[in-house]
Amino acid sequence: MEQRFDIAVIGGGVVGLALLRRFAIAGLKCVLLERGSDILSGASKGNSALLHTGFDAPPKSLELRCMKAGYAEYLRIRQKLNLPLIESTAIVVAWNEAELTALPGIVEKAHKNGIADVRAISQTELRLKEPELAKNALGGVFVPGEHIIDAWSAPLAYAHQALAHGAVILRNAEVTDGEFTGEEWTLASKQGKITASVVINAAGNFGDLVEAMARPSPFAIKPRKGQVVVFDKPAYKLLRAIVLPVPTARTKGVVLFRTAFGNLAVGPTAEDQDEREIATCDHDTLEKLKSRAVEMIPALAAIDVNAIYAGLRPASDQKDYVIEAVKDRNWITVGGIRSTGLTAALGIADYASQLYEKNFAKLPKKPPEPIWTPVPNLSEGRIRPFMMGGEIVCHCEHVTRGEIAAALEGPLPAGDMGGLKRRTRAMMGRCQGFYCSAHIADITKGRFDGKP
Amino acid sequence: MESHDVIIVGGGPTGLSAARRLTDLGIRNVVVLEREAEAGGIPRHCGHLGFGWQSHRRLWSGPRFAEELRKSAKGLDVRTATTVIELSKDGQLRVQGSSGISEMKARHVLIATGTRETPRSARLVGGSRPQGVMNTGALQQHVYLYHNKPFARPVIIGSELVSFSALLTCRHLGIRPVAMLEENPRISAQRPGDLIARFAFGVPVRTSAKLISIEGRKNVEAVEIERRGKRERIACDGVIFTGLFRPETALFPTGLPSEKFSSAGNASGPLKTSGECWLQGAGAAQDIARRLA
Ligand SMILES: Cc1cc2nc3c(=O)[nH]c(=O)nc-3n(C[C@H](O)[C@H](O)[C@H](O)COP(=O)(O)OP(=O)(O)OC[C@H]3O[C@@H](n4cnc5c(N)ncnc54)[C@H](O)[C@@H]3O)c2cc1C
Ligand SMILES: Cc1cc2nc3c(=O)[nH]c(=O)nc-3n(C[C@H](O)[C@H](O)[C@H](O)COP(=O)(O)OP(=O)(O)OC[C@H]3O[C@@H](n4cnc5c(N)ncnc54)[C@H](O)[C@@H]3O)c2cc1C
Repeated sequence: MEQRFDIAVIGGGVVGLALLRRFAIAGLKCVLLERGSDILSGASKGNSALLHTGFDAPPKSLELRCMKAGYAEYLRIRQKLNLPLIESTAIVVAWNEAELTALPGIVEKAHKNGIADVRAISQTELRLKEPELAKNALGGVFVPGEHIIDAWSAPLAYAHQALAHGAVILRNAEVTDGEFTGEEWTLASKQGKITASVVINAAGNFGDLVEAMARPSPFAIKPRKGQVVVFDKPAYKLLRAIVLPVPTARTKGVVLFRTAFGNLAVGPTAEDQDEREIATCDHDTLEKLKSRAVEMIPALAAIDVNAIYAGLRPASDQKDYVIEAVKDRNWITVGGIRSTGLTAALGIADYASQLYEKNFAKLPKKPPEPIWTPVPNLSEGRIRPFMMGGEIVCHCEHVTRGEIAAALEGPLPAGDMGGLKRRTRAMMGRCQGFYCSAHIADITKGRFDGKP
Repeated sequence: MESHDVIIVGGGPTGLSAARRLTDLGIRNVVVLEREAEAGGIPRHCGHLGFGWQSHRRLWSGPRFAEELRKSAKGLDVRTATTVIELSKDGQLRVQGSSGISEMKARHVLIATGTRETPRSARLVGGSRPQGVMNTGALQQHVYLYHNKPFARPVIIGSELVSFSALLTCRHLGIRPVAMLEENPRISAQRPGDLIARFAFGVPVRTSAKLISIEGRKNVEAVEIERRGKRERIACDGVIFTGLFRPETALFPTGLPSEKFSSAGNASGPLKTSGECWLQGAGAAQDIARRLA
C-alpha cells in the first residue's frame, strides 16, 4: 500500500479507534495500523467494561478531564451506535471500622472532581440497596453515575464509524520503523510503507517503544496485570451496583461488577510485570479472587465460574496520561492510558483534536452530521437476534448462526477467533466451547489466515 | 399458549427413550425439545464402540446408537433446533425456535439435558490462553463430526472413563497424546485403564501430577505440572480437559416442584452410561405416566 494520509494512528485499541473516528469524522484522510490480527489485541481486549464518572480520579489531572469528556460523549452518541448502558451505580463499601473512617474523604474528593451526586450511605441503606452483600458491610459511598458498558462493541462501533468516513484500518500491520522528512512521515509496516503528515502514537503497552521513533520517550511503560474471575449467569441478579473497595495504602481490594452479558465478575488484580503482551492467570490468585467474592456475596458459593481472564493496563512511570503534541516532529503522543482508557477514549480523542488544531492545522469548523454505524447488540436486557428466530450455534450465550456469519463479513470482519468472540460472545459461556467450538471452527475454516 | 401433557427438554438417549415409552404407554401429547439440529445427544459424536447393549443388545458406535434412537422416535413430536431458554416453577417454558420466542406449558416437564465436562476456566487453571485447549466433548466433535485435527500431541488431563474416550478419539485421526495426567495418586477409571493406555496407545499415565499452568502464545507450547513437590514442563500442542461432569442445568431454577418437574439421565445424579440413561428415561416415563393417569 503506497498511500498518503493526513493522519496515521499507530495502535488499534479503544484509544486508537476513538482517535481514528474523531479525525475521520472531521474529514481528514486517516489510516490506523494495528500489529495484531484484529483490533483490540492489546489492553482493550480484556478490561472490566466500567464507564467511570471520575469521582476517584486524581483531581485536576488530564486523566480526569478526559474521563469526564469521554463519559459525556459516550452517553451522547451511544444510542446512535446501538451501544448499551447498564445503569448500575457503584458503591464504595467499607468492610471494617478503619475503612468507614475513610468514607468522608472519598465523598469530598468526588465533589472536588465535580461529581456532585456522590454521597455517603448508612449500613441500613446499603442493605436495602444490596441485600445479598455479607453482613459485615458497614456502610458506603454511593456513586449513582458509574455504569457498565460493552467494552468490545464500543470500540468496534468507533471503528465502523471511522470506516464509514473513509478511514483505512490495517491489521497484521506492526509499525517497525518511521522516517520523518520534516514534512511527513513514512512508516514501515508489515503491510508496506505508509506516508502521513501527522502520526499519533496510541500503541498502548508498546507506547514508549513506538515513541522512540520520534524522540526519547518521556514515559516508560510499566504493564500492570489484572486478573478477573467471571461467574455464571445466575449470579447477575445477586448484585446491582458495582462494589468498589475503599482504597487504602496497605491493601488493594477488588471490584465486584456485573457485565453487559449478564454475568457477575470479581477483579481485577493489580500486578506489575515487564512482559508487555502476555497476561497469564495463576491458580492461587484466581482462587483468592473467587473466595474474596464469596466473602462479599455468600450466595456466590453455589455458582460456577464461567470464565477467567487477565488483561494488561498500559500504566507508565508518570502519574498522569501523557498526551502531547511534538510540533517539530508532526507527532502526537497518547501514552500511558492505564486503567481508565475505555471511559476516557472519546475524551482523549477530543483533547488530541485540540492539540492537532493548536499545533498542525485547523479542522473544519462545522463538519456535516456524521454517518452513524450502529453495531449489533450483544448485551442482555435488549433485543438480541436469537429472539427473532434463527439457528442458535453457541447455546450458553445464545449466539445465532446469522450473528457469526455477520461477524465474518462487512468492512471489518473478525481477524481471528478472539475477534469473532468479541464480536458475538460465542464460546464465552459456561461450557467454553464444549458444545459449539468444533462447529464454529468448521464455520470459520480457512478464514483466519492473517489478511490485512 | 401451546400446551402439552409432557414436554421433554433434551433429545439425547434419556429424552428419546422417555418419549418413546410415554407414547407406548398411551400418553399422546408428548413433545421433545432439542436444541441441536439433530437429536441423539452426546452419542452423536462418540465415534467409538461401546453403545447399544442395554437397549438393543448390540455393540454399536455412538453415532450408530444415536441413529437407532432417532429411528425409534420416528413419528414422535421431536423438535430440533429448539432451545428451552427458561423454566418457571409453574411449569411454563420460554422456548426459542426458528420463528423466535414462544411460551409453552405442560402438565409435566422432564429435564433430560445431559451433562458436560468442566472446562479449563472453572478449574481455575492458570497460564496464558492459547488455542488448542478443549474438553473431550469438543474434541469428539472436531474429530468425528468435522474431521478436523486440532492438534497432534496434546496432554490429557484426568483419567476417568471419558479420558480413555479422549484417547480413542485421538487415535482415530492419528493424534498422539504425550501423556495422561492424573492429579490423584491412582487413576480414576478401573485398573486396566492405565495398562490399556500404556500398551495399546503408548501413552504414559502419570499420577500425582497436578497441572499448574498452560503456556503458549498462539498455540499451546507446553504445560507446567507439579509432581511430588517438583515442577516440570511437558512440551505439547494441546490440552484436553476430561471429566469432572457438570449437569447442563445451570439455567434452571433450583427447588422446582416435583409434581410438575422431574429429571433423568445425566442431567441428574452421578454420571451414567448411555445405556443406563436409556433405561432411566424409560423409568421416568413410567413414573410420569402413572402420575398423569
Ligand atoms: C483488567 C483491566 C480492567 C480495566 N477496566 C477498565 C474499566 O472498567 N474502565 C475503563 O475505562 N478502563 C479499564 N481498563 C483500562 C483500559 O482497558 C485501557 O486503558 C485501554 O484499553 C487502553 O487502550 P489503548 O488503546 O491505549 O491500548 P491498547 O488496547 O493496548 O491498544 C494499543 C494497540 O497498539 C498495538 N500496537 C502496539 N505496538 C504497535 C506497533 N508497533 N504497530 C502497530 N500496532 C501496535 C497493540 O497491538 C494494541 O492493540 C482496564 C484495564 C485492564 C487491564
Ligand atoms: C464427552 C463425553 C463422552 C461420553 N462418552 C460416553 C461413552 O463413551 N459411553 C457412554 O455410555 N457414555 C458416555 N458419556 C455419557 C453420556 O452423558 C451418556 O452416554 C448419554 O449421552 C447421556 O444421555 P442424556 O440424554 O442424559 O444426555 P445427552 O446425551 O447429553 O443429551 C442431552 C440433550 O439435551 C439437549 N439440551 C440440553 N439443554 C437443552 C435445552 N436448554 N433446550 C433443548 N435441548 C437441550 C442437548 O442438546 C442434548 O442433545 C459421555 C459423556 C460426555 C460428556
